[in-house]
Amino acid sequence: MTARQEVAKREPTEVQAKAREQELVLAPAVDVFENSHGITVQAEMPGVSKDRLNVQADRNSLLIEGDVVIDLPAGIEALYADVQATKYRRSFVLSGELETDQIEANLKDGVLTVRIPKRAEFRPRKVEVRTA
Amino acid sequence: MFGSLLGSFDTSLFDEFRRLESEMDQLFGRGSLPAGIRAMRRGTFPPINVGATPERVDVYLFAAGLDPKSLDISIQQNLLAVSGERKVPVDEAADYYRQERFDGEFRRVVTLPEDVDPDRVDAKYRDGVLQITVQRREAARPRQISVN
Repeated sequence: MTARQEVAKREPTEVQAKAREQELVLAPAVDVFENSHGITVQAEMPGVSKDRLNVQADRNSLLIEGDVVIDLPAGIEALYADVQATKYRRSFVLSGELETDQIEANLKDGVLTVRIPKRAEFRPRKVEVRTA
Repeated sequence: MFGSLLGSFDTSLFDEFRRLESEMDQLFGRGSLPAGIRAMRRGTFPPINVGATPERVDVYLFAAGLDPKSLDISIQQNLLAVSGERKVPVDEAADYYRQERFDGEFRRVVTLPEDVDPDRVDAKYRDGVLQITVQRREAARPRQISVN
């Protein structure tokens, strides 16, 4: 077999492997809301326990990811599957007024809550109107 | 420990899903056949996986943030019905940019293999996944027959 044939043969499987890797990742459904204190992200990650969760933030971005681990008996065969991935991943671009070193994360029953406070100078201040 | 669980998911179960999916695509993908009578549209809450061994059938509902007390699980012959309500608290003082999470009542019905025993059902809720285990009747299991 010539080298060229080998390359031609290998290529489609590599492409397939890449496509499969992408399919294996689920984007969790999220709610994102903002109040005067900061921004909150709530993500649905059923099947993820605390030790399988990764939340990372730097000045510009927030990444949340986790692995699904469910209790499977030996030799199980799928009859039906809505969920066909074992990993959740989603990322967001952050903006400069957020205090990214003060992020709090909490995971309960598969719901991840991430709170990102705003820098003090960006919290809205109420302006009192004085009467003369 | 997790490795073996995940391993079995990644290989046997996942490959099985993939195989089923491609078979389903071939069977149902062209819209030539009507969908199952109880099938719901993609993205319906909560997503469900069903797996089976010769001894039991396991149903997994991926439903994060549930109050297990709000759940109503019933089984009649081989029809499993799960209903409940999920409330997502809303912060009235906040501006919402995204609201993708399901809020409200849900009900899903799953047809299980005919040999399940409705008297032997177990349910547990962990990390946002409700797992319902239904044992199968002895008679339906494959049996080794020895030749004398």
